Amino acid sequence: MDEKYWVYGLVIALIMGGIISNFASTHPDGLERVAIDTLEESGIEELTEGKEVVNSPMSDYMAPGIENEALSASIAGVTGVLIVFLMVISMGKILKRNKK
Amino acid sequence: MHIPDGFLSPEIWVPMWIVSALVLGYSIRQVNKKLGEKHIPLMGVLAAFIFAGQMLNTPVAAGTSGHMLGGVLAAVFLGPLAASVIMASVFIVQAIFFQDGGITALGANIFNMGLIGTIGGYYIYLTIRKILGSNTRKGMMIGAGVAAFIAVVLASAAVSIELSASGIFPLKESLIAMVGIHSIVGIIEAGITVAVLSFVLKVRPDLFKLDKI
Repeated sequence: MDEKYWVYGLVIALIMGGIISNFASTHPDGLERVAIDTLEESGIEELTEGKEVVNSPMSDYMAPGIENEALSASIAGVTGVLIVFLMVISMGKILKRNKK
Repeated sequence: MHIPDGFLSPEIWVPMWIVSALVLGYSIRQVNKKLGEKHIPLMGVLAAFIFAGQMLNTPVAAGTSGHMLGGVLAAVFLGPLAASVIMASVFIVQAIFFQDGGITALGANIFNMGLIGTIGGYYIYLTIRKILGSNTRKGMMIGAGVAAFIAVVLASAAVSIELSASGIFPLKESLIAMVGIHSIVGIIEAGITVAVLSFVLKVRPDLFKLDKI
């Protein structure tokens, strides 16, 4: 990892996740839109209520315990980018170390 | 188009989990065999960029938004199997940490938004490249753009089919709606894919020389 380009890429991703995400559309995405039109919110709730398999710490990209919504979303975005980045890098290093 | 838990019936989500697990298992083994030092930062930064990109919903039609997927983009850089691994990583983090997409639905989500693009999309890209000229910039961009578009549309069709097979959406209506909306999303996806590829081709063309896994 002595290349440096990835730093620029990571910074871009952090800006996207931490700042630009606050300006993202809050409209439902295509699937949610079709679900709302087909099932109505009540129908959706009936199907999904209590079905979560894990209790995610940052549901809907909101960091817990932070009053300011924009800040909460930024922290969630930055955290997510870092988690993904570190997870993939670690996995890569492990796979390389144990190269078959 | 992340499917939450509770939408898919077990008859659908179980086989989708099995398919995705098998493909990923194979992909990880291949990555393990062929991974080079130079792949690692590229995989990391692509995964980070794609995760961030999927957060950036843009309005596409009245009251509806869409976000990029990134499967074809990843595959053009890394090859289909390595791309599958990083896309799955993104979806796993989204599901576990952010409740974006269910856990039972994870197999389907990885397949729909990941594998269709990283594998199907990749071979569409290669085919178009071969037809237009294997080592031309034009071939790469048109191939990637078209493949990215098709991957998004196919993903939306797959979602519709799975949800209708699960008994919660009517097939014809949901297919029309999903494919209609995602045809617009697909154009955006193609645009982003080509823009990123063009940029990297200009500043770091050597990154495209890495062995594809």
